[in-house]
Amino acid sequence: MARSGTPLVEMRSICKRFGGVQAVDDVTVDLYPGEVVGVLGHNGAGKSTLIKMLAGAYPADSGEIYINGEKVEIATPRDARRHGIETIYQTLALADNLDAPANLFLGRELRTPLGLLDDDAMEHEARAVLHRLNPNFKNIKDPVKNLSGGQRQSVAIARAILFNAKILIMDEPTAALGPQETAMVAELIHHLKKEGIGIFLISHDLHDVFDLSDRVSVMKNGRLVGTRDTAKATKDQVLGMIILGKLPEEETAEDLAELH
Amino acid sequence: MASDADATKLRSRPAKRAGVGLAPVEAFSRLTGLDSRLLAMMAALVVIWIVLDLWTGGLFLTPRNLFNLAVQGSAVGIMATGMVFVIVARHIDLSVGSVLGFVGMSMAFLQVEVFPLGAAWNWPLSIACGLALGALVGLWQGLWVAYGGVPAFVVTLGGLLIFRGAAFEITDGRTVAPLDPTYQLLGGGIDGSIGATASWALGLAAVAAVAFFSLKARSKRLRYGFPVKPLWAEVAMIAAWALLILGFVMVMNAYTKPRSDIPRGIPIPVLILLAVVVVMTFIARFTTFGRYVFAMGGNPEAAALSGINVKRTTVRIFVVMGVLSAIAAVVTTARLNAGTNSMGTLAELSVIAAAVIGGTSLAGGVGTVPGAILGAVIMQSLDNGMVLIGVSSSMRNIVIGLVLIAAVWFDVVYNRHRR
Repeated sequence: MARSGTPLVEMRSICKRFGGVQAVDDVTVDLYPGEVVGVLGHNGAGKSTLIKMLAGAYPADSGEIYINGEKVEIATPRDARRHGIETIYQTLALADNLDAPANLFLGRELRTPLGLLDDDAMEHEARAVLHRLNPNFKNIKDPVKNLSGGQRQSVAIARAILFNAKILIMDEPTAALGPQETAMVAELIHHLKKEGIGIFLISHDLHDVFDLSDRVSVMKNGRLVGTRDTAKATKDQVLGMIILGKLPEEETAEDLAELH
Repeated sequence: MASDADATKLRSRPAKRAGVGLAPVEAFSRLTGLDSRLLAMMAALVVIWIVLDLWTGGLFLTPRNLFNLAVQGSAVGIMATGMVFVIVARHIDLSVGSVLGFVGMSMAFLQVEVFPLGAAWNWPLSIACGLALGALVGLWQGLWVAYGGVPAFVVTLGGLLIFRGAAFEITDGRTVAPLDPTYQLLGGGIDGSIGATASWALGLAAVAAVAFFSLKARSKRLRYGFPVKPLWAEVAMIAAWALLILGFVMVMNAYTKPRSDIPRGIPIPVLILLAVVVVMTFIARFTTFGRYVFAMGGNPEAAALSGINVKRTTVRIFVVMGVLSAIAAVVTTARLNAGTNSMGTLAELSVIAAAVIGGTSLAGGVGTVPGAILGAVIMQSLDNGMVLIGVSSSMRNIVIGLVLIAAVWFDVVYNRHRR
């Protein structure tokens, strides 16, 4: 995929420390419009932490974030949303006791002219978007705790795409899904790509994201190992990066022996 | 209530069979739009009332007793509506009884010993000061919880001691009395009701409002092409509400002033309670604040990730609770015609029990204002009924304690077998 012009997102030299742990150490990644970048690494590699700083879940200790070439401050989820960044969390981050429309619009409710909640308008929009994603979606007024895993995932995805996201972060989007729902997510990613949305796919499993991604950035122990075009790298090479924390050209014979 | 739960327990494959057993209830609740838990509580209340009435030889279900029951329960009811918000947001407030005492004492002190006696602005100003004081107390506790990171249990346990002590300090424990005669009406004494005509007018206005808003909501849903419940169910619901409202007015009007035929009508403290219920239900259902309270209770992390200012919302919850405690203090002092430092002692327990019996889940995220009021009515009915029967206060505590456990246990069993 041709990358030209200004990147949609650039995270430069990002650092984050939790107590004595350097969770993210001087990491630089970028993302172009219509591109899918997989962020890979083992559990604890720092990929979720990195991406949560882009989502505004917590601020970075140091480093800079550029959106369309402009430096931005992202301190809260609200800041991130204002810059068109939407996040689908691995946990889905749904309020289980509320229904689907309430979850879709949580934090940016539609209001009547009097400033009150316009539940009917929200239900109307929710029905439209959920039906598009998942034609089998019923019981829209039930608390989401009563919904199936796939339906809950639909709610989380609908929330992210409802507000014209420019940048989408998907944290382990298919980890809890069956084959059919995984296919649905893959199709959705292709569709969003075509609309020019940039997508970060976070996963610990190479096979989940390799075919969907244009590039992969691999992290280990809080540091960026490297970024590779999926068209120019093999799965084995990327696997080596994940496990050894070294670029393919740096690998020694002993490393390879360890791998195989 | 108990028999239903027992039956569930005896079934061989409870999860599957109970679903079948509860199906008609669920269908009914879908038609009426009423929570099935609320329906169960209403049924329990009816049973309790009938049993108490038989037991007392017809003394319980008299206009006089129901009138007194409503007045006695109003302070707890007012605070229970706020406790729903507190508990739904996964907090607790143990200080409401002490705050009632402290604010009530302050208002009585201002009214009698600071502001000039007899001035027309005396009692409104003392109420305004009391409400502001309640809000400040709530702000103080809310800031500790939200920004200090101290658990609400600890902050309000401290508040329980602090404000009870403060209530004593204001006058060194001396009772302050008498209060302004107009102010006393707010407590619902002999003249503290609005009379027959006003009660009917208010009742009819309430019925009209229920019908108007039900049909308006229905037409809006139809305009969007959403499914609506059948028209007959809608009309039946409005009729049920009308029956409830007008029945209530009738009972309140059937109780007369001493040695006369003059009907009393709705007592002012009950009117205050009803206004609080309407406002709090409105906040819970139609404002972003109410929505955020429930979202925080359902999943605090999700609420924060959605850009909700969880800390500010927490502070607001405690401010609301403080103001409601102050309103309850107005009703209590007006009813006593005095400020005493022991007012509201142990009220926090009744308030929390009312909310919990009314279906508010201590795990957070679940609860309704009308449910809490129903819980308060159930508790007050049991207490009042047992007084009529002549049960000692120690035994009354034992029974109410057991009812509290049974109510929550019923809830646990019900939820386990629901699906």
